[in-house]
Amino acid sequence: MSYTFGLDTFGDRNSDADGKPLSHAQTIRNVVEEGVFAEQAGVDFFGIGEHHTEYFPMPAGDVVLAAIAARTEKIRLGSAVTVLSSDDPVRVFQRYATLDAVSGGRAEVILGRGSSIESFPLFGYDLADYEELFEEKAALFAELLKGGPVTWAGKTRPPLLDQDVVPHTESGPLPAWIGVGGNPQSVIRAARLGFSLALAIIGGPPARFAVYSQLFQRALEKFGRPPLPVLVHSPGHVAPTDEQAKAEFWPRWREIIALIAPDRGFALPTEESFDWETGPHGALYIGSSETVAQKIATNLRALGATRFDLKYGMPGLTHDQLMTNIELYGRQVIPRVRELLS
Amino acid sequence: MPTIGFLLVRSRNISGVESAYAIMKEPIRLAVLGAGHVGPVIARLAIKAGYSVAIATSGDPEDIALITELVIPGAQPRWASDAMADADIVVLAIPLHRFGDIDPALLDGKLVVDAMNYWPAGDGILEPFEGRGSSEVVARRLAGSAVVKALNHIGYHELEDRARPADAPDRRAAGVAGDDPAAAAAIAGLVDRIGYDPVRLGSLRAGRVLQPGGPVFGVVLTRPEFERAVRQDARSLA
Repeated sequence: MSYTFGLDTFGDRNSDADGKPLSHAQTIRNVVEEGVFAEQAGVDFFGIGEHHTEYFPMPAGDVVLAAIAARTEKIRLGSAVTVLSSDDPVRVFQRYATLDAVSGGRAEVILGRGSSIESFPLFGYDLADYEELFEEKAALFAELLKGGPVTWAGKTRPPLLDQDVVPHTESGPLPAWIGVGGNPQSVIRAARLGFSLALAIIGGPPARFAVYSQLFQRALEKFGRPPLPVLVHSPGHVAPTDEQAKAEFWPRWREIIALIAPDRGFALPTEESFDWETGPHGALYIGSSETVAQKIATNLRALGATRFDLKYGMPGLTHDQLMTNIELYGRQVIPRVRELLS
Repeated sequence: MPTIGFLLVRSRNISGVESAYAIMKEPIRLAVLGAGHVGPVIARLAIKAGYSVAIATSGDPEDIALITELVIPGAQPRWASDAMADADIVVLAIPLHRFGDIDPALLDGKLVVDAMNYWPAGDGILEPFEGRGSSEVVARRLAGSAVVKALNHIGYHELEDRARPADAPDRRAAGVAGDDPAAAAAIAGLVDRIGYDPVRLGSLRAGRVLQPGGPVFGVVLTRPEFERAVRQDARSLA
């Protein structure tokens, strides 16, 4: 079994060592450095999730990925996720096909809503239309991936008639995933449209998602498709010791959840709930390299997944803390997980 | 099949019509509307507690056959209209912005559990629900049903893990709010059987404490903690 390991960021706004927030521009430049360093540390994939907020100033991740592409050779680059519902599938395809060209065939795309919905009012979409928007746009994106001229009509964008959409990719379809947060109907949709499955697990016991992997493979069979891979995306933070990792991450986690909780209906985390989530049965990968590696190996096995993407960083952490995280993840965690799974 | 016992629910609805909802034979028949995040969790808990469970979406039951087989073993995927017609209790676990798609006539005379929530960041702004108790709005539209607000305030990923039998020392509480005491009592029975200590709130209006932003939303509390949180909230409003 071959495993791949990625890092994802939402462009979490950095602070300096005194806790003063850095500018959005400096945070974005730091993400470029982090992506370049991820390759040096031995990470297989670097993903950027679309966000439009003051603390995640990352609406155009593809531009940042292109900058990383220009300074790297091997690392695969993609979105994590692209909010397809509030974008034009043709433009998303064109941007990532362009990234594929710039990077010499290293681009991927993960489509989804994420858990962030700020792009809907920004671009004039109604959240109540979320389902219809995503269903239709994902179906169109699946057509675009095939690479030939596209004929398509729907309600969410103007029709296409035998339209050649450029640039053509030179090494077949872009690897494409649909991100799912625990809705079984979304799992079925990914299989029906022929996308790989990205399980975003940000709370609760990861083992409860095992049934979604089974559901995905059974649904692929039902739709007459070959097996496709499953990846797990979860938040985390690696530091030299468990104590240091938790001490760095906890106040930043509490702050960000407190900020978004009123909008999303989340409960505020307590130290008790945080301890549980960072423990062996929780969804957060926070600790020393050994702690995090053990948890990743256990959950990849339990979930029948062959790829793990660690969503690193949190608004308010420093660039240095993130670089340490990346170094430990690439140089220690990944080799250790491979060893545990071999 | 565990013994559930008979349950007679009589009530007077808003329009003053005396009605007997059902003499519930065992097993009690539950229809869960919604096969997203929440519906399957409630369905699994109910199956485990001995209920006969049908699950339905707005579409063809064939579309959720595989989901039912793997994720909700023991449930029957059905058309929504059939599931509602045959049910003693109907659980609404659909996004609130789809609630308007349901024909209220199909729920006449039914006990309805409103497990839905309104938060604009997820649904968009829904004018009828702005600044109101969402279940009160639901109940007004379902005038021929007995609406009880329950199972909406514990996160779907916790609802199953935290369920415990009646005698467990670490059992947690779950709120039950309804204007119709008999209907609320029946749903308190459901909540009890699936693994929570039911805490009755006197009315749908009082059930606003169960909504997003309320003192017990998203936190899983013991009965004393739950009651204290609700009392403190009442004081802060006073």
